[in-house]
Amino acid sequence: MVITVYGPGCARCYETERVVRNVLAELQHDADLQKVSDYKAMAAAGVLATPAVAIDGVIKLSGRIPKREEVKAWLT
Amino acid sequence: MLYAASMIPRRRWAYVPAAVAAAAAWIGIYRLLAPLADWLTYTLAGLQAGSRLASAVAFFLYEAPKVLMLLVIVVFGVGVIRSFFTPERTRRVLAGRRESIGNVLAALLGTVTPFCSCSAVPLFIGFVTAGVPLGVTFSFLVSAPMVNEVALVLLFGLLGWKVAALYMSTGLVIAIAAGWTIGRLGLERFVESWVFEVRAASADEPAAPISWPSRFRAGREAIADIVGRVWPWVLAGIAVGAGIHGYVPEQFMAGIMGKGAWWAVPVAVLVGIPMYSNAAGIIPVVQALLAKGAALGTVLAFMMAVIGLSLPEVIILRKVLRPTLIAVFVGVVGTGILIVGYLFNAVF
Repeated sequence: MVITVYGPGCARCYETERVVRNVLAELQHDADLQKVSDYKAMAAAGVLATPAVAIDGVIKLSGRIPKREEVKAWLT
Repeated sequence: MLYAASMIPRRRWAYVPAAVAAAAAWIGIYRLLAPLADWLTYTLAGLQAGSRLASAVAFFLYEAPKVLMLLVIVVFGVGVIRSFFTPERTRRVLAGRRESIGNVLAALLGTVTPFCSCSAVPLFIGFVTAGVPLGVTFSFLVSAPMVNEVALVLLFGLLGWKVAALYMSTGLVIAIAAGWTIGRLGLERFVESWVFEVRAASADEPAAPISWPSRFRAGREAIADIVGRVWPWVLAGIAVGAGIHGYVPEQFMAGIMGKGAWWAVPVAVLVGIPMYSNAAGIIPVVQALLAKGAALGTVLAFMMAVIGLSLPEVIILRKVLRPTLIAVFVGVVGTGILIVGYLFNAVF
């Protein structure tokens, strides 16, 4: 499983990455966390608002920071 | 994506009594603010009525809680409204749309679509590659930051509904006219060429059913996010405004920013563009300047330049726009603001 966090480096993007990382650590999940800050790659993935999170290439959320429970729900 | 429906339908109406009680409490407290501010200033602190300090303190103690309370309620409402709009949906409405109509729609949708200037670039690429005309995209990019709920609440709370309505309508007109002008100029070649090479996936948002409880939750989150972020600016802005009210002599601004000074409008715009402050910090200061004899058009132009055009946004957009197009964008929007400034100085 690959989790991608899209964000050009704004505060909310770092926060999103932190939430995802914490949930991964808590669940001891071995998903691969990638961070994408390249606009070209973001546009190619279809991201319109940052921060955005994709699981295995499918965008799950964009434009806000995810809740822990949401991240957990995606992982299971 | 918002939240999946998780509430049991039967419990939906359990919110109603709580909402009514909250609304009643809000109105009750709101109406008590003025007497409370007076009591705190003149009775509790024992400041002398008419003194400079007293007028500054009374102003702050009344305006600060008032504006914060208005913000909470409006940000909640706008948060709920925004749960009906997403950038993806807005893009679908605007894609392939003719100009003129497209410019009007883009400016209107810019006010209600969730937007943060940090995602201006992915949004720009997503719009342009999906067939939204360049000028229509610009109408959206001008209106989204300029006509926002925080600015409107502060204008309404501090300057009344007329100025708020003026700001909103002239902001929309500038967004429509600037986007339309940029579209007419045919500047597509000044967009960085790699933008058009991006094969954008048309990732439609996952279709999760959105329930009313989750829309209300979106409203509450908007309060935590937006009010949580701007309240220090509101307090700082009103504190500076209170200081100006108490200590700057009447008509002090009349010579500098008054109607007589023809050069005041362009100077206000030029000074305003590179300044980066949000509406929450700038409007209370502007209100105080207005009370000291500054002209409405000059002040309106200054506000629009500060809020609508900002250096960070221009730097971010440089990633996708060549300098010529950046210059045209700033020039066209700046000219629109200038016209609005002169117009209001002439009419009022």
